[in-house]
Order: sequence, then C-alpha cells, then structure tokens
Amino acid sequence: MFDKLSERLSGVFDRLTKRGALSEADVDEALREVRIALLEADVALPVVKDFIAQVREGAVGEAVVKSITPGQMVIKLVHDALVKMLSAGEETATAISLNAPAPVPIMMVGLQGSGKTTSTAKIAKRLAERQGKKVLMASLDTRRPAAQQQLAILAEQIGGRSLPIVPGEPPVAIAKRALQAARLEGFDVVMLDTAGRLAIDEELMDEVAQVHAATNPHETLLVADAMTGQDAVTVAKAFKDRVSVTGIVLTRVDGDARGGAALSMRAVTGCPIKLLGVGEKIDALEDFHADRIAGRILGM
Amino acid sequence: FTKRKLDQELLDELEEALIAADLGPATAARLVKVLGKDRFDKEITEQEVREIFAAEIANILRPVAQPFALKSLKPQVVLVVGVNGSGKTTTIGKLAKQFQAQGKKVMLAAGDTFRAAAVEQLKIWGERSNVPVVARETGGDAAGLAYDALARAKAENIDILLIDTAGRLQNKAGLMEELAKIIRVIKKLDPDVPHDTLLVLDATTGQNAHSQVEIFKEMCQVTGLVVTKLDGSAKGGVLIALAEKFKLPVVAVGVGEGVDDLRPFEAEVFGRSLMGL
Ligand SMILES: Nc1nc2c(ncn2[C@@H]2O[C@H](COP(=O)(O)OP(=O)(O)OP(=O)(O)O)[C@@H](O)[C@H]2O)c(=O)[nH]1
Ligand SMILES: Nc1nc2c(ncn2[C@@H]2O[C@H](COP(=O)(O)OP(=O)(O)OP(=O)(O)O)[C@@H](O)[C@H]2O)c(=O)[nH]1
Ligand SMILES: [K+]
Ligand SMILES: [Mg+2]
Ligand SMILES: [Mg+2]
Repeated sequence: MFDKLSERLSGVFDRLTKRGALSEADVDEALREVRIALLEADVALPVVKDFIAQVREGAVGEAVVKSITPGQMVIKLVHDALVKMLSAGEETATAISLNAPAPVPIMMVGLQGSGKTTSTAKIAKRLAERQGKKVLMASLDTRRPAAQQQLAILAEQIGGRSLPIVPGEPPVAIAKRALQAARLEGFDVVMLDTAGRLAIDEELMDEVAQVHAATNPHETLLVADAMTGQDAVTVAKAFKDRVSVTGIVLTRVDGDARGGAALSMRAVTGCPIKLLGVGEKIDALEDFHADRIAGRILGM
Repeated sequence: FTKRKLDQELLDELEEALIAADLGPATAARLVKVLGKDRFDKEITEQEVREIFAAEIANILRPVAQPFALKSLKPQVVLVVGVNGSGKTTTIGKLAKQFQAQGKKVMLAAGDTFRAAAVEQLKIWGERSNVPVVARETGGDAAGLAYDALARAKAENIDILLIDTAGRLQNKAGLMEELAKIIRVIKKLDPDVPHDTLLVLDATTGQNAHSQVEIFKEMCQVTGLVVTKLDGSAKGGVLIALAEKFKLPVVAVGVGEGVDDLRPFEAEVFGRSLMGL
C-alpha cells in the first residue's frame, strides 16, 4: 500500500515539472491521493479532512530537498504530521497511570467483542509482573453468557485474582463489592471489566455511566478493534461523553487492517492510545508507538 | 423538502455521506458518478437523492440476499468461521433456535477449544434452546472434536450440526491452516461436509472486511456471510463492494444479543437504513 501511495504520488508528480518549492497545485493534487489512502485505511472522514487541511498548510511553499522527489517529500510531510497527531507530540508511550490512592480503579469499556475481557487480563498480568502490583479483576458483565467465567479463567491462567462470582448481582453492586474487597485485602489495583455495549444503546450507556459514577475510575480505557471503520468516531465520542475515557487500548493490531481507527479515536477523544493488543495470548500486549501506527496507516 | 441543483458541491457532499457509511472511497465515487451522469444540473431534493441511492444499493445487494437454505440431509453440516469477536458463537445460538422452531433436530459442536469459557458460552446457548452441545475441555484438538461431533450427529439422526470455531485473524497462516484441517478431518467421515461454511462479519468493521472475505473464502470455501451488530450505529456499508466483488450470499443479519435477534438479510431494508431513510 505504501508502494501504492508512492506510486500514485509519483504518478502525480511525473506530470509536473520539478520546481524549487511545492506549489499549491502540486500539494493539492498530491493530497487528493493521500486522502484516498487514508480513507482506504479507515480513517474517519472528518478526521481526514482536518488532517489534510493541516498538512496542506504546512506543505505549500515547502522547499523540496534536491535528494528526494516531490512525492517522497509529501509522504514525509504526511508521515510526520500523522505521528504528531497520533502521539500529541509526546515522545514516548503513555503508560497506564496508577498515581492515585490504592486500590486504583481501572475500568474497561467498549463495543461488544472488542477485546475488553482479554485486555483486562493482559493489563493485570503486566502490572503484576512489571510493577509488582497486586491486582484484583472483576467482571461486571452479567449479560454475555459465561463472561464472568471467562475472566475468572483468565485470572487463574495468569496466577492472578478475580472477584468471586455472585450470580444475579447487578453491575454497580459488583463494582462496589470489588472496591471494598480490594480495600480490605490490600490490593493495589482493581480492574473492572464491563459488558460490551453499543454507543447508541441508551440504557446500557446509562448503566456504564452509573458504574463510572459509583467507582470513579482513575483510568477508563476504551478498548477498540483496529479493524473498526468509519463508526470509530461515533463510538469514541459517545464513550468519551458518558464515562470520560482517559485512554485507548487498540486490539487486533496483529491483523492486517491498516488501523485508521487509531487516528480517528485519538483525534476525537484527545486521549492517548496507551496499549496495543497483538494476539489472543495473555502476553500479547505492546506499548503504543506512533511512528509504527503511522507507517501502517500509510501502508509503509 | 427544498430542491437544490445537483452540482459538484452536492455530489461531493453525497460522496462523503457514502464514505462515512463505510462504502469505501472507490465504491462511493462510482455511485455518485452514476447519479451525476443522470441528473447533473437538474433540481433535486435531498430526500430524492437518498431514495435514489437506497434503490441503487438495493439493486446491487438483491442478488446476494439469499436466506439460509435448509436441505434434507442428515445431518446438514454448517461450519461457522470468522475473526475474533465477530459474533460467531452468538449467531450459532440464534440459528439453533430458528432451526429448531422449524422442527429440525439441532446439535452444536464447541469447536472453539482455545478461548477461555468459549465452551461454557456455547453450552449456555445450547441450554437456551435445549439442544445438545458436543464439547471437550479447553485446549483440545478442534478437528478431533468436530469429527466426534459429526459422528455423534450421524448416529443420533440429527438434522443440523452447527460447528463453532475459534476466532482467528485471516492473516495468520497457522490458524487458517487449522481451519483447513478441521475441514479435512470431517471430510473423512463424509466428503460432502461441510455443506455450508458461514463467515461472520462485524458491521463495525471497515475496509478490512475485504481481506477477511478474500482469505477466508480462499482457505475454507465460504458459502455465505452473516453480518452482525447491525443494531449499532455502524451500517456495514462495506458489504456493497463485497457483494459486487465476491457475490457471496448474505444469509442473515444480527441485530442484537438476544436469541431472537437474527433476521433475514433484506436488500431494500439495508439500503434504506444505510441512507438514513
Ligand atoms: N488476534 C487478537 N485477538 C484478540 C485480541 N484481543 C482480544 N482478542 C480476541 O477477541 C475475542 C473477543 O475478546 P474478548 O476479550 O472476549 O472481548 P470483549 O470485548 O470482552 O467481548 P464482550 O465482553 O462480548 O463485549 C476473543 O477471541 C479474544 O481472544 C488481540 O489483540 N488480537
Ligand atoms: N449488539 C449486538 N451484539 C452482538 C451481536 N452478535 C454478537 N454480539 C455480541 O458480540 C460479542 C461477541 O460475540 P461472540 O458470539 O462471542 O463472538 P465470537 O465471534 O464467537 O467471538 P470469539 O469466539 O471470541 O472469536 C458478544 O458480546 C455478543 O453478545 C449483534 O448482532 N448485535
Ligand atoms: K451497527
Ligand atoms: Mg468481555
Ligand atoms: Mg466464539
């Protein structure tokens, strides 16, 4: 796809005479191709528009270095702007913050099947292994068949602890019990795994807002699939509005999706992408690197 | 509704609306071009434009709107595949109830021997419709389990065997090979199985659905698609390009998490919903 983009761009620039600086016409024609590449990578349209406008402003009049072609020049400008937008200028990955009185509540939210339960266990394992934290996991998913059992099994697999299941207990009550158990038993972190829900499901969005209000999580992580299409903006906005998301976990980065949702969600929430899920296994979790995701979106 | 001249500005707006519905830039551009050719410079209302697109989309999708066909085989074997979390297990639970309501003897096979509590999840779905579930403990061999299930289905005179599989990303050659192995192994009992292989796609997915269909089709002869989560804000617009490119029947759509939330795919309904009508 990078080949495709650079081919496209070289096609554009072949028709132009090389000049000392990128003209408005050059840039516009090149950015038309970039726009299509971003849309094919599933970056949401409003985000693409903002992004293109931003790059255009920086690119017009930029001197083209002798050693590279105007096409390469535009790709570099686009790539750098993508990295900047994805990382909000921060050099290193933003870690999960535990900077709050123990037990620190971390809540996981997102659409159905996005990878919340798996990511809960992955993060718990990482916090335990790398930072020596004592982590309690609790499933508030009383809807999906065997969801609570799924988290209990994962907790056992990583040698961690999950809150004992009380059949029929509603989500807010489970969350409160988890916090209390964590306080009594000296846990450092409580991870609250919630049921998947659609951003437009008022009843369930209300429920998750209630859990948020009852537990006041220090981190609220939106877990989203790297394969998400244009809907990424709707989802990210809705969750940000209702439960003040603090970070994003992007899953299935081990797939071959271009991952434009990363840019969409970063842009509309203003929240950092904190971690990447890169497999089904419990240790398949990586730090976010803006340059890698930028390259991927451009197909490099 | 106010009329407006169909000029380039309006065409651009329309193209953007289609892109925002996941049609992809190429398909969106093509649909808009057709409209521009027929109606350029003519007065038109927004409602009319929506109707025209909805009808055009329905035309494209009508050939693939083919409900799941029950055959009189004993058993008809249905393999359900797809990427992680797309809704395979839930769809099986829903299908089981529908088939049973049509007087069929249904059996489920818990072929996801990998994911935590996948077996328990399918067992609960089995209980909901009171259909038997063939399962082994997690960690076992999926192909062996599927083989056992087929043998049991034959012995027990079952009409339909639905085989669940673990979610897998299409770019993972090893996992795709395991799927091919399941098929090879059950063919030892009956060379005609599986009679149907359903690929479950999540409507929230964008352009990666192309790669999913292409590779799953190649690896396991997909015979039909199920699109899930259409009850959400994503409308699954990528399906239009998929229908044109692969021509695979769309046998059902998922519109919720409940056992009754599975519907036949209707081209008109889909087109209208996509155009916000
Ligand atoms: N390949 C891959 N699979 C993943 C990743 N994260 C999760 N999965 C898989 O995705 C599927 C769904 O994961 P879950 O953790 O159950 O998702 P969830 O968001 O808790 O789902 P619900 O609770 O039903 O909303 C499972 O098959 C996981 O193994 C990832 O990063 N890569
Ligand atoms: N809203 C909605 N949710 C759905 C639909 N179909 C499935 N789900 C939900 O999506 C999540 C994943 O569904 P599963 O059936 O477990 O998906 P799967 O493909 O079997 O997942 P893996 O086996 O982990 O790969 C669950 O929370 C389901 O309740 C649907 O049509 N609408
Ligand atoms: K949807
Ligand atoms: Mg879950
Ligand atoms: Mg499943």
